[in-house]
Amino acid sequence: MLAALQQRFDTWALRRQRYDSGTVTLNQRSIYILPTRQGFAFGFVLVLMLLGDINYNLSLGYVLTFLLATMGGMSMLHAFRNMAQLQVRAGHVEPVFAGDSARFVFHVHNASKLQRHCIILHDAHGHSTSFGVAAFGHTEAELGIPAPQRGWLNPGRLTLYTHFPLGLFHAWSYLHFDVRGLVYPRPAARLPLPAASADDGSGKQAVAGDEDFAGLRGYVAGDALQRIAWKALAREQGLQVKQFNAQQGRELWLDWSQLPAIADERKLELLTRWVLDAEGQGLRYGLSLPGIELPPGHGPSHRTECLRALALFGLGEAAA
Amino acid sequence: MKLTAPLVYGLLACILLVSAPHADHLPLWVSAVCMMLLAWRAYLTYSGNPLPARWLLLAVTVACVVGIAINFRTLFGREVGVTLLILLATLKLLELRAVRDATILIYLSCFIIITNFFYSQSIPTALFMLLSLLAIVTTWLHLQTGTLHLLPRMRIAGMLLLQAIPLMLLLFILFPRVQGPLWGMPQDAYASSGLTDRMAPGSMSKLSMSDAVAFRVAFNGKAPPRDQMYWRGPVLWDFDGTTWTRGRNATLQRPQLDDAATPIDYTVTLEPHNKPWLFALEMPTQISIPADLAPDFQLLNRTPVNARLRYNVRSLLSYRANRGEPPQQLRRALALPPGYDPQAMRLAAEWRAAGGGDMAVVRTALAYFNRNGFEYTLEPPLLGTNSIDEFLFTTRKGFCEHYAGSFVFLMRAAGIPARVVTGYQGGEYNDLGGYYILRQWDAHAWAEVWLPDSGWVRIDPTAAIAPARIQNGLSAALPDNAALPFLARTQSPFLLRLRFNLDALTNQWNQWVLGYNTERQFAFLTRLGMEDVTWQRLAMNLLAGVALIVGVLALFMLRHLYQRDIDAVQRVYRRFCTRLAKRGMVRAAHEGAQDFAARASARFPQQAGAIADITARYLALRYEGRNDPASLQGFRHAVAAFKL
Repeated sequence: MLAALQQRFDTWALRRQRYDSGTVTLNQRSIYILPTRQGFAFGFVLVLMLLGDINYNLSLGYVLTFLLATMGGMSMLHAFRNMAQLQVRAGHVEPVFAGDSARFVFHVHNASKLQRHCIILHDAHGHSTSFGVAAFGHTEAELGIPAPQRGWLNPGRLTLYTHFPLGLFHAWSYLHFDVRGLVYPRPAARLPLPAASADDGSGKQAVAGDEDFAGLRGYVAGDALQRIAWKALAREQGLQVKQFNAQQGRELWLDWSQLPAIADERKLELLTRWVLDAEGQGLRYGLSLPGIELPPGHGPSHRTECLRALALFGLGEAAA
Repeated sequence: MKLTAPLVYGLLACILLVSAPHADHLPLWVSAVCMMLLAWRAYLTYSGNPLPARWLLLAVTVACVVGIAINFRTLFGREVGVTLLILLATLKLLELRAVRDATILIYLSCFIIITNFFYSQSIPTALFMLLSLLAIVTTWLHLQTGTLHLLPRMRIAGMLLLQAIPLMLLLFILFPRVQGPLWGMPQDAYASSGLTDRMAPGSMSKLSMSDAVAFRVAFNGKAPPRDQMYWRGPVLWDFDGTTWTRGRNATLQRPQLDDAATPIDYTVTLEPHNKPWLFALEMPTQISIPADLAPDFQLLNRTPVNARLRYNVRSLLSYRANRGEPPQQLRRALALPPGYDPQAMRLAAEWRAAGGGDMAVVRTALAYFNRNGFEYTLEPPLLGTNSIDEFLFTTRKGFCEHYAGSFVFLMRAAGIPARVVTGYQGGEYNDLGGYYILRQWDAHAWAEVWLPDSGWVRIDPTAAIAPARIQNGLSAALPDNAALPFLARTQSPFLLRLRFNLDALTNQWNQWVLGYNTERQFAFLTRLGMEDVTWQRLAMNLLAGVALIVGVLALFMLRHLYQRDIDAVQRVYRRFCTRLAKRGMVRAAHEGAQDFAARASARFPQQAGAIADITARYLALRYEGRNDPASLQGFRHAVAAFKL
């Protein structure tokens, strides 16, 4: 019954509110107030007190009861005032890797001479942050929202609420910003980079001779079949993989089509790992995905471009 | 919100404040246990040690409840309830584990404040209530504001309380008052102090240590002389050797006054004392409320007086009372317990044998008290079984109950019907309020003897020892070093003045705040011009008043929201920007004044001069510190003249 009411209220509230871009100013249209459970309990205590006053004819008891009741009632105005005329704007969101938390920053500006106390911002999944805003002040509320998968992450409907001053009333407002954070694929476990191609740039030939052989290491799922050290296996040294030293100045192609037959998402994770490693090792690297080809390059912007392509691959939003 | 140390200290302070006024009627051990528990909790918070285990708390709780059950011999009733409430609130502090527990404690402390009003509703109690409330709300805010420091929190709390006062007053005046209890009350529901229907050596002197007000009297017209002001209370007939009691009247006959004269009218405001007797000057004839006049001229209310009561009385100061007293009543007035006080019996027999009639015996007895070194004192020595003999022949130190009791005993032994009358004597005039105050220390006991042609005649043996007691009050009659309540000592005129001021204030408080009942509400509202006060009308006015006050307060509170921090320079510059914006030249949020000016000049080349001038003035005012009124005025004019 309560859940049904809640649902009806939510759809109603949603219909009233569109996605906000830019600055939202909280006003009486967007702030809702209801008593909290403590508020109802307090009301019950007041009724008990009033009965006691009537029964024992306690005039001073009436004074106390009415004082508390009035204060409780007035705290509703205070709760409203604590939220009203706050200006909220969604800030920049740094891209994160899947599995991390995206930090959504919201800029809250208080243009009035009233200090705001203990306002809480939370999302539908219970992640929250609490903050206050000084008079004529500005605060950044940072909400960490877990990003389980790659692609765009929208924080969904956020709720801003306060129980100030006495916890008797819950004053809240919904925020629905069209802000989104980019989530890169989760980098796979550390794996050697594919061999760099020859300078001629001819190929997406991932394996190019043995001259840079650097040693063997244990096999990890996903290693290319070509690189398994069959001789070592024959010597009963277990499944091992040949490692090659990449060299400066060479161009490296991170190629989707050269990857073994594993799930697409695993491929993206592997490529992400390689983008990070290649960037870390100062290599020039290109990325080749079905339908997308990023020529070899180097530097933060190239890295970002590659990761973005990986994050949005196949989501049909690449242009966005 | 975590349960931080400041929060715990705040809760400790709240519980301490609201329980402190209860200290003087809680059993001593309960106060001690509570103090120990509070100290323990404070130590745990201070040292950061964990809270005690649940089984230990449970054991302490059970032990305390059992202790209370043994102490009070019951677990029901008001006193026990209050004691349990305080104890449990203190124990709750020791198992404070969640924010919910803190909220419960806050609500509990509000409730404990109200229980204090069973015992006192005076002005100091009201002020102390406000102080406790401030502490409670300050702590309460802590639950919602977390890091905020004590002083700003106190300011918010004070603000909340102040804003609540207008609405509280409105509710207090207009909330319909329901008369009488909603359910049966436990017997101990009312504080009782004052005269009882028993008198033993020591009972009156104990009462004299209290400065509590018994009643106040306003005379219509001139007040009688002080030595005529005998406020009649319980009449005591029966004596068992140590204690005088009221007993039961053997007749239902109405008392009879002959040759009555000197009528006097006055209004008494009686403090609640949980006993049915009303006090009036001797002898009362008419009273404005339904009350019974007992055969011994005692005024009795139909129910115990457990709320402040006002009544008008007419008394007659000269009279012959009950000349036709029925024989069975006279026999009661002669009865003595057999075997007690033989020496006193012999003395009375001697007086009787000397002849000269009843009046002569009375005079002999008074002279006996006057001449044999009797002393009037608040601290008489303890008396044994034959208390009258010991007092008359050995100790000779006593308070009014000793003199009245032994005098009546002697009269009965001499064959003269006599009885003890208790009540109050005198009163203190408050010329600010124009009324007399009778306090517990004015409690007095005197005697009445029955003479065939005069009826009952008042004899006050205390007057024979300490005439000043009757003429000038208690403090005049006692030696200076006697232990008296502080207020009873006659002090400097300044202190006397202050005392009268305070009492006049208290009287107003009693009449208007504590005595605000259905009738007074009706009368007050009628005087304010509300015709025919009904519940519906009260509710309508209440709603209208609440709406009005909330509206005004909301305006007052919310106006701060729209007070922007824009100085004059900024405001004028904004006017300039608005003017440009109307022509599609909107200044971007990131755009500096000079960049904007360049862009605007490019768009409106014919205005470039004015734009450059205004921008230069603005920059000078804003960033070069040239903030004098003349420059501002020039800037204002430049913007006003700017046209597109």
